Amino acid sequence: MTSALELRQVSKIYGSGPSEVRALHDVNLSVEREELVAVMGPSGSGKSTLLTIAGSLEEASSGQVLVDGVDLATVSRSDRSKLRRRSIGYVFQDFNLLPGLTALENVTLPLELDGVRARAARMTALGALEQLDVSDRADRYPDELSGGERQRVAIARAIVGERGLLLADEPTGALDSVNGEGVMRLLRAATQRGVAGVVVTHEAHLASWADRVVFLRDGHIVDQTVAPPGPESLLVAGDRQ
Amino acid sequence: MSVPHALLALLREGPKYGLRLQTEFESRTGEVWPLNVGQVYTTLQRLERDGLVEATGEGERSRKRYRITSAGDRELAEWLRNPPDLVPPPRDELVIKVLVALQIPGIDVHELLQVHRRHVIETMQRYTQVKATAGEGDVALALVVDAELFRLEAIVRWLDAADVRLKQLPAPAPAPTEVADLPLQPTRTMEVSP
Repeated sequence: MTSALELRQVSKIYGSGPSEVRALHDVNLSVEREELVAVMGPSGSGKSTLLTIAGSLEEASSGQVLVDGVDLATVSRSDRSKLRRRSIGYVFQDFNLLPGLTALENVTLPLELDGVRARAARMTALGALEQLDVSDRADRYPDELSGGERQRVAIARAIVGERGLLLADEPTGALDSVNGEGVMRLLRAATQRGVAGVVVTHEAHLASWADRVVFLRDGHIVDQTVAPPGPESLLVAGDRQ
Repeated sequence: MSVPHALLALLREGPKYGLRLQTEFESRTGEVWPLNVGQVYTTLQRLERDGLVEATGEGERSRKRYRITSAGDRELAEWLRNPPDLVPPPRDELVIKVLVALQIPGIDVHELLQVHRRHVIETMQRYTQVKATAGEGDVALALVVDAELFRLEAIVRWLDAADVRLKQLPAPAPAPTEVADLPLQPTRTMEVSP
């Protein structure tokens, strides 16, 4: 089966000569649909670079990036933009909602850019807001929403339409831990509906919502968790009094 | 978790049998802390001895109902406000392992830290599963699981900090055999400006 995202031997080098910085070294990573992968690592380990390359916002220096089996290097620039719009959703730390548009218009925009007719785009966008339980805020502008609501709208925008890959860079931003957990629940629910998700975070309690945690260090994937046993294994963990 | 005080809290709602105390204790701590009925009866006996509860029936222990006494009430109120013992810190096995590893030549301490980091995060994933399965409405369970998660996250943060601190250390001195081949260097002295 084709993975939703596959990185093969991906390296990224910034600059050249003595100022050369190798941000990623021969990274191999596959993410399947219905899987949420968290990427953890210290500052400067390459987490955000990995995400921008996976989302084709940046090109790899070497190696292959495949989204739904399509090698991004083999398609034209315009096809790549189309693929990016249709297949990949992004959630950013600071939400990146357009301040002059309502919640609904923010979610509708990517569909309209992709040629979906206004009425159909509006219906689909409303459906996405409903899924995230913010449809009652559809007509509000971003500055009229709470932090948690803004991030819900941003996630709705990222999953609207037929997107199969959801990429999130520190998506809980400045939210408190309970609202941050709410965001992770939503990302998890989105992946359980068939999307593949990659989330970069430095907080272990948020990463623990992922099915798999990948550890980056100095641009290398050094380790990853194995599928955890069911939670019932904790309930017989013995006397804890 | 103080089982005696948890039982006192349950008994403040009214007299209860041991078996009921066991099921209520488990359900109110999100079933994360299992408690067997034997422990319940042993604890009740101790509480009775100390005058904090009293039995309302006669006969076998399973036939007895217990109720809280006024001394039990006072004890519970005092315990709630009494800060838990935070110092001296427990002797942490993980800290000791890392300190020992630093003394053994040839051990990749960063790799060792990662082994422990992965293990802790895998444990956190299992706890999070408990929360995810229960849904957002179960506040008691969320509180219990959060306590475990944040305790474990503190370990991850300590591992991360250890990683950074060890990375900042100067490179280790060359092995003694190589040093032996080098000409002797004069002892470094501090330069003093005239």
